[in-house]
Amino acid sequence: MTFHLAVALNDTGWHPAAPPGDVLEPDFWVSQIQEAERGLATLVTLEDGFARPGLDSVLIALRAGPVTSHIGLVPTVVATHTEPFHVSTQIATLDWVTSGRAGERIKVSADPAEAALFGRRDPASETREGLFEEAADHVEVQRRLWDSWEDDAEIRDAATNRFVDRDKLHYIDFVGSHFAVRGPSITPRPPQGQPIVTALAHVDTAYRLAARCADLVFTTPDGVGRDGPTGDAATTLRGVRSAEAEIGRVGASGATGGGQQPTQVLGDLVVFLDDDATAASTRWTRLDGERTLRSDADVFAGTVEQLATKLEGWAAAGLDGARLRPAVADHDLPRIARDLAPELARRGLTRTAYEADTLRGLLGLEKPADRYAGVQ
Amino acid sequence: MTKPAKKQIHLAAHFPGVNNTTVWSDPASASHIEFESFRLFAQSAERGLFDFLFLAEGLRLREQGGKIYDLDVMGRPDNVSILQAMAAVTSHVGLAGTVNSTFNEPLDVARKLASLDYLSGGRAAWNVVTSWDEFTGENFRRGGYLPKEKRYLRAKEMLDVAKQLWDTDGGEFDIHTDQFDITGRFPVPRSPQGHPVIIQAGDSEEGREFAASSADAIFTRHGEKQAGIEFYADVKGRLAKFGRREEDLKILPAATFVLGDTEDEAAENARQVQFQQISPATAIAFAEQVWNRDLSDVDPDGPVPSFDPVTENDVDSGQHFSRGRASVRQYRDPVATAQEWRELGEAKGWSLREVVIAKNGRHTFVGTPQRVADTIDDFVQSNASDGFVLVPHITPGGMDPFVDQVVPLLQEKGSFRTSYEGTTLRENLGLSPVRVLSQS
Repeated sequence: MTFHLAVALNDTGWHPAAPPGDVLEPDFWVSQIQEAERGLATLVTLEDGFARPGLDSVLIALRAGPVTSHIGLVPTVVATHTEPFHVSTQIATLDWVTSGRAGERIKVSADPAEAALFGRRDPASETREGLFEEAADHVEVQRRLWDSWEDDAEIRDAATNRFVDRDKLHYIDFVGSHFAVRGPSITPRPPQGQPIVTALAHVDTAYRLAARCADLVFTTPDGVGRDGPTGDAATTLRGVRSAEAEIGRVGASGATGGGQQPTQVLGDLVVFLDDDATAASTRWTRLDGERTLRSDADVFAGTVEQLATKLEGWAAAGLDGARLRPAVADHDLPRIARDLAPELARRGLTRTAYEADTLRGLLGLEKPADRYAGVQ
Repeated sequence: MTKPAKKQIHLAAHFPGVNNTTVWSDPASASHIEFESFRLFAQSAERGLFDFLFLAEGLRLREQGGKIYDLDVMGRPDNVSILQAMAAVTSHVGLAGTVNSTFNEPLDVARKLASLDYLSGGRAAWNVVTSWDEFTGENFRRGGYLPKEKRYLRAKEMLDVAKQLWDTDGGEFDIHTDQFDITGRFPVPRSPQGHPVIIQAGDSEEGREFAASSADAIFTRHGEKQAGIEFYADVKGRLAKFGRREEDLKILPAATFVLGDTEDEAAENARQVQFQQISPATAIAFAEQVWNRDLSDVDPDGPVPSFDPVTENDVDSGQHFSRGRASVRQYRDPVATAQEWRELGEAKGWSLREVVIAKNGRHTFVGTPQRVADTIDDFVQSNASDGFVLVPHITPGGMDPFVDQVVPLLQEKGSFRTSYEGTTLRENLGLSPVRVLSQS
């Protein structure tokens, strides 16, 4: 099994004192994503949120789609303040534009400042569990909409003048406690059938959300979550697996068919990479002198060889990959792509060339059957 | 600039939407969803130095008689998303899309459009539309929450609020209106165009006033010159009271075209396209929009039905036989429309299908490239419009004949650019820079 190298992009880096850059320019994003692709990364994630300065991450992914060729593009979606119908067609469009490289990271928002930007909900009356329930419903609606057009719905049958076979278009009739959605989608089923849904999880509620609706979960080995330390790589993996057992794992990649596969688990790590470990630590200390890095994920400062060895440990503990968060994008992303990636490949951990053209393919996942196929 | 003083034509290319315009049975008609089609279409428009390309929106599949309507091209991407992707494969052409004001929130829309503006180098445009119907609402969180009489209020407030958000330049806002109670910091600084170009469609008194006060371009259906001249004078005449120049609002009717090497050949081509666009089944479907009932037992090659349309459950009720189609709204008096169709059929000896073709299948410009160029230039120079939004009937290559054969003739006349004047859409449309209203 390939150990997956993923890159998490966050403006100019994950350290709050990372020097500023042209984050409003398309080239800034395109060059970072192309750099990650040079490192044969499975996917790149893009941070987002309405209360955070910056551009819409779904659109950044769409801008990069036509000028990249293999890497999976995973923007962030805030379930709490968006319409599942719109998000479903946006991610489906990303999948069409990239011929099957779309994913999303779903997240909830309990931030009162973010709620005030929309003025539709009172955060004081919401529970964390309720927000996670809603996010699971949000993903369920998206997934049903993606399946609402069967792959062969378009028939262009000149004999009967019919462009589509409407028996292959399906109402989804979702009714939940936050919304009801009738369907079908306006967008035909995307090339992957089901784009990849991911979530970041530090605590049990989030592990359960991932188990219900995600294909891929990012954990924070040796990190800190809302409830305190998250435990080592093996502990986070156990957290994910027990959540899957608890909910019976039927949510992801279609309520029927491929949904029984366990989620793939990638560990998150903030990285400072330098030629020697002292230089990396010194750089971290120097930046912390400007503003202190507070991180949910563990922070690594050291050499490429040391990091490769650490990730070998994660692989041995059963993780499917790592999502690296470059502390300073300009500095650490090229080291990930040009130095770490070849070292991991040399050790037989990661791929030596892209072996598939879709994100599902890179993750070793089949295109799932359409849940509505054959249903009248 | 050493351009002659002649009035310049502005052109937009409409990526065909979900309707019978597209002859999908034509072998040249490719996918309406694969990115390659959007790339080719956008690059064709840019090759022709078009001001912008445009995509319409529909947030629910259309239904007729309780069933999904299956005769037309259907399936479409999310508009802002596909425009953003097209930005990656073009450099100058503007990127315009419809975004509904009823089923979106201003912070999200304003942030997306500002992002599109940055990530396209200043080429974003927004056609603000409104809807209230429960039919579309069934796909969204709040359903059919908006009373019909508030739909324009919401659209107007949505646009006003979006402009206020853009004008914060990434700063604080505190906005309380009938529709919105929002406060906080807008996450994006002022984008290259200040505001994306704002487009409005609609001919009503309310729509004209709204456009004159707030829009940069208005889409119309005035394909006839005299009606165009009257509309143009009316709308342009409203601009001064809002402190705007006549150039600050571009009037762009929708138009179709069919070319031929001779006038006869063009007319014959147009006739063939019309019969492809309105098949016997499509003719019945059009008639059902007027009659508001099932007409599957009517012969499309026979006469126009002698009975009257169903008048209860009209389009505003949400229970019309045809749901989710804007075109039904043009039949305000279906009984009169049916009578008009009958009289036309009897006078000309036409079948129902031929009447439908005459009423719905007419092409705006039919002729040799020279004739079409002459007509377009005359229309614009006579102040019947500032240009056109052209809709081809083949995707993605349908604009190519116009780009290759008509554009050079317009350029020869000195009425159309030979290279893009600016880098932003606002510059290419010749609009004034956005004035930022100071925040209190």
